[in-house]
Amino acid sequence: MENEIVYKEELAPEIKLMKVRAPLIARKAKSGQFVILRVSEDGERIPLTLIDWDPKNGTITLVFREVGATTKELGKLNVGDVIHDLVGPLGKPGEITLYGRVCVIGGGIAIAAAYERAKKLKEIGNNVVAIIGARTAEQLIFRDELKGLVDKLYVTTDDGSEGIKGYPSDVLKGLLESGEKFNLVYAVGPEALMKAVSEVTKPYKIKTIVSLNSLMVDGTGMCGCCRVTVGGKTMFTCVDGPEFDGHLVDFEELMARLRMYEEEEKLAIKVMEGCGCRS
Amino acid sequence: MQKLDVRLKQIPMPELPVEKRLQTFDEVALGYSEEQALAEAARCLQCTHPLCVEMCPLRIDVPGFIKLVRQGNYVEAAQKIRQENCMPAVCGRVCPQERLCVLGCKNVIGDPINIGGLERFVADYELETGVTIPDIAPSTGRSVAIVGSGPAGLSAAAELAKRGHHVVVFEALHEPGGVLTYGIPEFRLPKKVVKQEIDYVRRLGVEIKTNIVIGRTLTIDDLFDEGFKAVFIGSGAGLPKLLGIPGENLCGVYTLNEFLLRVNLMRAHLFPRGSKTPIRVRGRVAILGARGMDAARAALRLGAEEVCIFYQRKLVGRVDDIRRGIEEGVKLQPSTKPVKLLGDENRWVKLVELVKLKPGQPDKTGKTKLIPVLGSEFLYSAETVVIATDHVPNTVAAIKTARNVKVDEKRRTIIVDPETLMAADGVFAGGDVVSGAASVIEAIKAGKRAAQSIHAYLMKH
Ligand SMILES: Cc1cc2nc3c(=O)[nH]c(=O)nc-3n(C[C@H](O)[C@H](O)[C@H](O)COP(=O)(O)OP(=O)(O)OC[C@H]3O[C@@H](n4cnc5c(N)ncnc54)[C@H](O)[C@@H]3O)c2cc1C
Ligand code: FES
Repeated sequence: MENEIVYKEELAPEIKLMKVRAPLIARKAKSGQFVILRVSEDGERIPLTLIDWDPKNGTITLVFREVGATTKELGKLNVGDVIHDLVGPLGKPGEITLYGRVCVIGGGIAIAAAYERAKKLKEIGNNVVAIIGARTAEQLIFRDELKGLVDKLYVTTDDGSEGIKGYPSDVLKGLLESGEKFNLVYAVGPEALMKAVSEVTKPYKIKTIVSLNSLMVDGTGMCGCCRVTVGGKTMFTCVDGPEFDGHLVDFEELMARLRMYEEEEKLAIKVMEGCGCRS
Repeated sequence: MQKLDVRLKQIPMPELPVEKRLQTFDEVALGYSEEQALAEAARCLQCTHPLCVEMCPLRIDVPGFIKLVRQGNYVEAAQKIRQENCMPAVCGRVCPQERLCVLGCKNVIGDPINIGGLERFVADYELETGVTIPDIAPSTGRSVAIVGSGPAGLSAAAELAKRGHHVVVFEALHEPGGVLTYGIPEFRLPKKVVKQEIDYVRRLGVEIKTNIVIGRTLTIDDLFDEGFKAVFIGSGAGLPKLLGIPGENLCGVYTLNEFLLRVNLMRAHLFPRGSKTPIRVRGRVAILGARGMDAARAALRLGAEEVCIFYQRKLVGRVDDIRRGIEEGVKLQPSTKPVKLLGDENRWVKLVELVKLKPGQPDKTGKTKLIPVLGSEFLYSAETVVIATDHVPNTVAAIKTARNVKVDEKRRTIIVDPETLMAADGVFAGGDVVSGAASVIEAIKAGKRAAQSIHAYLMKH
């Protein structure tokens, strides 16, 4: 059945991976694209990055952290359950070309997306260095997969429970200062990380691509909820992005817009948990 | 027979009292009772050369259906309209009748007939009692794909299905209906009515597939590869135009589409219990642009303290709806233009700077442009702002992936042959995506016209 969850795994506390039957999306998906889904009849539409897709079996893979009401609801679904609405692939595909030496950076839940991109960049012959970071060791998803894939992997944690204590941007800074050269830096993760990475690479004039997680409603360019200023021009993340030149993105604006419904999000979670029911 | 003085005045459409309106999203116009409909129908002069018919884009036999109302044959009256228009309960509510049929009404000695009110009465009556499905031609074995489930797409679909073609409608959003579903608010057009009208189209045999973005999930070429013999693009004009002024991306600033999508499609007014999609409406609300009346009325219902529409010349909308909005408390400031938006330290919008406008020198064609009055800048404090200027056809729309379809780069509309609405071999288009933002009835008309040429095309191929 379409939109049916065929596989579910807990990668880390509150981080889940799901494979969903979506043959049309699987057939068209490209690296960097996303889907929009709605868990229930009264659900919100939220975007999730495509982590993997299998055109032969007609499935797509999503990874998410249970932070908001919608992701918590999604996390409660099990194999055999059906996601109410699922649409995609949306957004512009990322550029997968031979750059030479690239650095792929992933923070938190977005390590999954970084892994996907590293795989694609590696496949066509790039030399890939990956830097991943999470709050603690147990949140370092896809660490082993990346280790087996890339030419060099650096790991950071906020609390120092594994790898280097600090942020991936610090590691990048160190590498660049010690004379490492990259033709491309690709960063995906929390806005603060993407911003820091962009600031680190700017003086070195290294092409830096970031993948933004703006708030969205339709995801097809209809509403402008996802708008972001890039190089002084307003862009719609869902159709003009989600990948942009990190040196041109107005991260302050993006971060403010992402906080727009902070209070409402808390309220939604309270209401959801308050009644204790599943649906 | 009624006395003449009774026949001079239009029977007023019952409405929700103003004080009750703002507490709900329920429909404001309540519709005629049978008695009222009969009385209004009795006022029709039954002209032999009815101008109302000529003024109707679909040439609906207005005196004909009104005569049936008088005879109490409401279902037949509805069927008479439905032959030409697959969604009479929608059009009875949202058509700007005052510029169409009603403008043609020759009831010179009194008020014109409330044709929309009567159309709505018979259409609702028929929906209540159950719509009979007309005869459907035997299957032709040909399939047609429709892109977009707004009025253009649905009317094309209905027409083609009646002629025996297999029709599949692809809709990007999770619910069909286009602007009827995501744009026009519940208090003007209840979603239940839209659902019932769409249900009728489904019962004609039309299949509607939601959550499919043509150009992304499937391309137009895929559709042909899958065996569709023709494609109709009715993808609307869903791309909001921004103002291009500083501060536009501050928190609390919405485009009209986002505001209405959240309320109508996502039912954000029921947040957090009945819907998980939030909307932020607080304090004073500034609506920037002539298309803002629906958003203004919705904002009042969402608890805004004050709502003011700032626009240049003329509000877009039906007279009744503009009147109702003003009754509800929407304030209007014509001849004004926003200059910039100012925010607080958290990047939330706080103030709108506007400038007053006055007519400038007429140009060669005699048209005057509005120009800013020097030094007339003023501030309006607002916590929510809605940009409601204009919208144009959407860029992700199918058009990019369609073979040989040409687009007017400036207006972003699809270029078609005006007679056949053909855009490229086997590809047809109509509605807002061709005309730019227009009206429901024009979209329905385009859908019907395209259906005729698609039918002719299919019979040759
Ligand atoms: C707020 C508002 C109020 C209005 N009020 C009135 C009124 O009172 N009276 C009136 O006559 N007119 C009104 N209009 C105008 C009227 O609604 C439109 O002219 C009419 O709906 C156009 O019909 P359409 O079928 O061409 O497009 P739409 O109704 O816009 O439908 C297009 C559909 O196509 C879908 N779509 C777009 N791209 C794709 C794609 N690539 N793949 C799949 N699906 C796609 C969209 O999601 C949408 O559902 C109003 C418009 C707005 C915005
Ligand atoms: S999410 Fe609506 S335009 Fe991007």
